[in-house]
Amino acid sequence: MKRFAALFATLDQTTRTNTKVTALADYFRDAPEADRLWTIALFSGRRPKRAITTTRLREWAAERAGIPLWLFEESYPIVGDLAETIALVLPAPGTTHDASLSTWIDRLRTLKEADEAARKTRILAAWDAMDPLERLVFNKLLTGGFRIGISRKLMTRALAQATGRDEAELAHRLMGDWTPDSTTWTDLIESFDQADDLSRPYPFCLAYGIEDGPKGLGPPEDWLAEWKWDGIRGQVIARGRQCFIWSRGEELMTDRFPELAGLHEVLPDGTVLDGELLAHDGDGPLPFAALQKRITRKTVPKKLLTEAPVILMAYDLLEEAGQDLRATPFAERRARLDAMLDTLPEDAPLRPSQLVPFESWDSLASIRTTARRHRTEGLMLKRRSGPYHAGRKKGDWWKWKLDPLTIDAVMIYAQQGHGRRANLFTDFTFAVWDGNALVPFTKAYSGLTDAEFRQITNWVRRNTTERFGPVRQVRPEHVFEIAFEGIEASPRHKSGVALRFPRMARWRHDKPVAEANTLSDLRTMLEQYG
Amino acid sequence: MVYHPVMALTFTPEGIYCPAGDFHIDPWRPVARALITHGHADHARDGHGAYLATDLAAPVMRHRLGEISLDAIRYGETRRIGDATVSFHPAGHVPGSAQIRVEVGGEVWVVSGDYKLEADALSTPFEPVRCHHFVTECTFGLPVFDWPAEAEVAAEINAWWAENAAQGRFSLLGAYALGKAQRVLSLLDPEIAPILTHGAVEKTNDVLRGQGIALPYTEYVTPDLDPKQRRGALVLAPPGALSGTWARRFRPASTGFASGWMRLRGVRRRRAADRGFVISDHTDWAGLNRAIAETGANHIHVTHGYTSIFARWLAEQGYDADIVQTEFTGETLDGETGEEEA
Repeated sequence: MKRFAALFATLDQTTRTNTKVTALADYFRDAPEADRLWTIALFSGRRPKRAITTTRLREWAAERAGIPLWLFEESYPIVGDLAETIALVLPAPGTTHDASLSTWIDRLRTLKEADEAARKTRILAAWDAMDPLERLVFNKLLTGGFRIGISRKLMTRALAQATGRDEAELAHRLMGDWTPDSTTWTDLIESFDQADDLSRPYPFCLAYGIEDGPKGLGPPEDWLAEWKWDGIRGQVIARGRQCFIWSRGEELMTDRFPELAGLHEVLPDGTVLDGELLAHDGDGPLPFAALQKRITRKTVPKKLLTEAPVILMAYDLLEEAGQDLRATPFAERRARLDAMLDTLPEDAPLRPSQLVPFESWDSLASIRTTARRHRTEGLMLKRRSGPYHAGRKKGDWWKWKLDPLTIDAVMIYAQQGHGRRANLFTDFTFAVWDGNALVPFTKAYSGLTDAEFRQITNWVRRNTTERFGPVRQVRPEHVFEIAFEGIEASPRHKSGVALRFPRMARWRHDKPVAEANTLSDLRTMLEQYG
Repeated sequence: MVYHPVMALTFTPEGIYCPAGDFHIDPWRPVARALITHGHADHARDGHGAYLATDLAAPVMRHRLGEISLDAIRYGETRRIGDATVSFHPAGHVPGSAQIRVEVGGEVWVVSGDYKLEADALSTPFEPVRCHHFVTECTFGLPVFDWPAEAEVAAEINAWWAENAAQGRFSLLGAYALGKAQRVLSLLDPEIAPILTHGAVEKTNDVLRGQGIALPYTEYVTPDLDPKQRRGALVLAPPGALSGTWARRFRPASTGFASGWMRLRGVRRRRAADRGFVISDHTDWAGLNRAIAETGANHIHVTHGYTSIFARWLAEQGYDADIVQTEFTGETLDGETGEEEA
């Protein structure tokens, strides 16, 4: 555990990629195999099953620290991390320990069988034997989630350095639903005969946003264009007469989409498709809100299945007849995809994302302005000759999103941020005019520079008119341009609208409050774009 | 002594005011007569008619505010101003910082400014002062703030510096110019490599050296200093200077910040620093609670920091606690107190 905690500290303390990769590679070279395997698992989002509820952990930590629970709860959002909050409030350790990472994980797993009193005793004893850094790591094991700036790419690079193996191959090996119990270091990383895991997805190919339009991409005839759909990215696998649906976050979502779970019956065996899961009424995609209702549920009631049926808008073919096609040029993969989908029954919940034909970059630019009408976020550009890359790689895939919608709004409430922004006011509520009243319609947290956040923080401290717990009402003096990707009707909001991805695009120092937009401006936008 | 509430101090839009003596304490708008707890910019502002501060704080205030009418007072000395009796007592925050005691008709108030209970090599150590009303900051008024021992942090900083020096890297350390920077200097092991300073830090060093405070030798970074000749040096600068062009001449470098906020991983990561050293000239949670208990006061007025949480906690502990709206900022990482300009 000390070794792992030290690795965690090194990774956490530096912003340099090379230092991180070296530290990880060193660890992968000589830490005990069981610990290495767990380290890969933890840094790729796999964690031991939660043995204790966070409610209990909070109570025990507050009790041990001698503070009321409410005070612990108030501290938590400011620290921004539960595991860290617990580590920080506990008194200094009284004993020591010498157990490894995997030993601690095994101990945690036996906790499930213990009764609550025994669990509490063991957790308190563990906390008392650890320094604050180890406690933080230990609490992360208890609560889950090791988000410490270690991307999958960085970890595979370190693994490649430590083992001398190819990075892309390692990235593929790490995909899927293995756990440290279902495999070993040797099987996962080193075996020649990759355990035939039918469900294992390919690493997703990710696109970069294009900054200044596509003219720098060269001749338009080298490229294919598609709509950029506003759904969730998914990989559909039909192998061994079974179907698996993976999210980009590598979550197996097959059960959530029963209408797609039978795709192995229509797709040829040994097929892997990449595409967008969309709620779709047969004519076109439904607003994202319809899909959102589906994502949040593990089981889907019948009513919702008919209200918001989901399809796969397929745009790539990664495997055909069991053959990995990723090195094949995109144009050919597309052609094979279209040929395959052509043979499917009409009512299959699967359709190709139509290519968007264009003559020149200028004509594509004017097509792009119609994206919202097609209920899309803009365009995707893919190089005809490009392979299907593992992860984010610049050059062959670009997203060319629509410019956001904007509205000028007045800041009326402010709240301190947490975690990285603990001592700044960063969470704001914005309003538009409705006659003489300001009606709140959205919150926004991002988009300002650090310097601007500092400036507004200073201002908020001096211009608070009322406090509601952590929320401060401020003088309505500042206008911000709020940018957002979409607008939908929402009976739950006072203003009657809900925005998609709102953020602060600009601080309009030049604009008097009286000239901010109005509720009727918002309603017009809703009619036009909703 | 029978206690009759006279409200020796009140809170006005200009700042904390004493009607009996017709003076303000650390006011944020121009007033005729200001008593100043210490020289940080959110407490010692420009534009007052007359200033009163400790003899130890005076040089820094003159340096920062220029030609002001400043009267100096020693710790523990008593003055009569109108119907009020005032005295200044060590706050342990920065050299010369004071808690200001005001007594009117038997009612005693203490305005503590910013304070720290942990002793350091530069400031006169904090002394508890008994009172009825205690006006306190709570910059770090949450139980997650618990400062490590100073010697421990000194060892961390020196180990980091020595490692960087061995690798031929600069150690860029952000610490604000008045107080924190000098405290860091007092912890450094000058045997490791040279110590370079940003102008804002060096000017304050000069002032403090001039009043007899011993600091290790530092070299002011002038435009013609050749960084290559100083590889491995520790460069001490206000936090804001580390992200600007000024710092770019020192490469390769590892960056660190010295602040109480470094106790939180999230804040350290926002600054994108390689290292954070937990060192503050404000007191931690335990220190705040101890300081308040030792005043014997029943009435606690909380000025800046996590005020609503801390006031609730104090109320649960049996105090009569309220929040006072001020324009003090306490310790920030970003120099909003104006430290960079000094």
